[in-house]
Amino acid sequence: MDLSYSKDDIAFRDEVRAYLEEALPTKMSDIVRSGGELTKPIMEEWHAILQRKGWLATIWPKKFGGPGWTPVQRHIFEEECCRAYAPRIVPFGLSMLGPVLQKFGTKEQQDYYLPRILSGEDWWCQGYSEPGAGSDLASLKTRAIHEGDEWVINGQKTWTTLGQHADKIFCLCRTNPDAKQQEGISFILVDMKTPGIEVRPIRLIEGGYEVNEVFFTDVRVPYGNLVGEVDKGWTIAKFLLSHERTGIAGVGFSMQALEEVKALARKVRRNGKPLAQDPLFAARIAKAEIDLEAMKITNMRMLFKAQEQGAPGPETSILKIKGTVIHQEFKDLARRALGPVAAPFPGHVMEGNLMFGPEDTAHNAARYFNNRKTSIFGGSNEIQRNILTKAALEL
Amino acid sequence: MDFNLTEDRRMLSESLNRFLAEQYPVEHRNKIAYALPCHDPSKWEEMAELGVLGALVPEDAGGFGGAGFDISVVFEAMGRVLCPEPVLGAAMAARLLVAAGADCEALIAGAVKYAVAVSEIEAPYDLDGIACSASAKGEGYVLSGRKTAVYGGQAADMFLVAARLDGALAVFEVAADAAQVVGYPMMDGGGAAELLLDETPARLLKAQAAAALEDAVNAGIVALCAEAVGAMDVTLNTTVDYLKTRKQFGVPIAKFQVLQHRAVDMLTEIEQARSITIKAASDLGTAQASRSASMAKNLIGRAARLVAEEAIQMHGGIAMTWEYPTSHFGKRLIMLDAQLGDQDHHLSKVMANYAA
Repeated sequence: MDLSYSKDDIAFRDEVRAYLEEALPTKMSDIVRSGGELTKPIMEEWHAILQRKGWLATIWPKKFGGPGWTPVQRHIFEEECCRAYAPRIVPFGLSMLGPVLQKFGTKEQQDYYLPRILSGEDWWCQGYSEPGAGSDLASLKTRAIHEGDEWVINGQKTWTTLGQHADKIFCLCRTNPDAKQQEGISFILVDMKTPGIEVRPIRLIEGGYEVNEVFFTDVRVPYGNLVGEVDKGWTIAKFLLSHERTGIAGVGFSMQALEEVKALARKVRRNGKPLAQDPLFAARIAKAEIDLEAMKITNMRMLFKAQEQGAPGPETSILKIKGTVIHQEFKDLARRALGPVAAPFPGHVMEGNLMFGPEDTAHNAARYFNNRKTSIFGGSNEIQRNILTKAALEL
Repeated sequence: MDFNLTEDRRMLSESLNRFLAEQYPVEHRNKIAYALPCHDPSKWEEMAELGVLGALVPEDAGGFGGAGFDISVVFEAMGRVLCPEPVLGAAMAARLLVAAGADCEALIAGAVKYAVAVSEIEAPYDLDGIACSASAKGEGYVLSGRKTAVYGGQAADMFLVAARLDGALAVFEVAADAAQVVGYPMMDGGGAAELLLDETPARLLKAQAAAALEDAVNAGIVALCAEAVGAMDVTLNTTVDYLKTRKQFGVPIAKFQVLQHRAVDMLTEIEQARSITIKAASDLGTAQASRSASMAKNLIGRAARLVAEEAIQMHGGIAMTWEYPTSHFGKRLIMLDAQLGDQDHHLSKVMANYAA
């Protein structure tokens, strides 16, 4: 048993830290720190900076242009990015489609699409969920019919994150309605500029805009946009979801959130004392901090296992369940620490009506509400419990 | 980073698990655990021969372990069978003896059973609140006061007693036959004692012992947390097996999602409990030790209660009986919270620095 990073890992961490200090523009970290809006140009600029260093596609092997990092190195990189308040890397092309093409794509698909993901030329989004197919994803209905050398797609996708910025979408479509649910699905790439696609925004609970509905009406794409074999898309979907789960514990984000809550509790005053001295509030922070401390080790244990065995096991669902709830707890504490000061709608907070300065006040209620999503997306925490029921408890 | 046990620890873990599974089946355990002296001398001797006690002592003091992970390996195995033998006293005493530069040979051999007397009725957890007092008399010292919840005290040969000498915490040796020892079996099995001291002759082991006592308590916390992890693991396994075999409404109750998800929540908390115990074991003896021990004891207190109560609830009646082992695991998991600081005590230690 040894909980410390190896010499090499520590050297790597120092290298990442030094690099972020030098390469991450303050204007970006300021936005992340204050919970402001990350626009498309800002995200693209950050991707380009990382790509120049060769650190953009963190989970890609070297031969496809990734850094070829170990799971531990990827974890360190994510932790350092959080520590530095770097914008989150948009995952759809880099963490989802990239590994799919590397495993299931043809040489031509790899050669064409992968460099465009790295260069930022293609911004991808994910066409998975449908109004009638959420947790029960395999019941999806969006239909793709093979006609000549084309697919003709009709249907609707939803919860398409950042689809408003996307050039392309990877879709799960039903290609064989007569087969068993999981056996009639194919994985198809679609250009968002194809006629027949309509993107409609969905306004979220806190007022923000990050997800969309995407409608397909007689959308025609080349037959060659199929990835892998026809009707075998479910295998790809499952493969992709296992990648979506890496880093799912969100330890770095929770560490960030803990520090914010502690800082707030020292600044806010209640009953003539800093809130941090209120035993009820301090106890809530402490409980969440202890859970996070345990989560850090749980996360490292699973990284270690992934590194030894080559792939993350089903236990990673534990990281999702517990990691999201811990993070949500900190968001709740931040909102409660501010009390009435958290109430102003984003955009209505300005100099003069602030208690502590914009970074501490402007967005905490919004962030609390927005973060309710984390226990729902990527396989809801209830679905994660179903996975563990079968895979870990064998019930 | 390496989460595998060293070869030596893996071997100790395997041999101890095998020995306890064979030699401490639940019937035997219950016979020993609930009646004085809550101790089986022949098993104790065999455990000492297996190296259970030597694992608690560092090499330069004659043992072959002494690190947090040695303690956790021993106690996780004990937790899996709810072994009531007084090893906690040995684990804590070893820290104090080593800190005092005293000889550990008798402890390692199991020839002298040690109990560490820290708690008092008005200061069950808090070292600062210790009132028991020592004064010089003749060549030696005498102690007066009352020590409470001295784990293993009912079977101990030697007590290491925390008392105030000129206002500062010190540790004294008091032979069991020199003091009034009122032993009792506990609700969850295993024994403890009240130690009544009235001008009782004592030998000074270590003056200025506040740091050494804190370290001994931290080691005891690592032991209890690991014991809880072992006991929780077994409790979950038993519960899962029961869900698969028990039928109601014509199906195994494992088919009910409401039970499946609750079993998963037990699993999740046990993994978290294991993680924080690893952290506390890793930090034992370092500047982080007390903070990590407090974090671990708080989380263990919460997780153990969840696992105990849910296991009993999901068994629906059967785990309410004395005959069914889960009832005894449930009791141990609940009562362990009150040993060496409960979850509230340790939570307030963790939050103490927030205002700074």
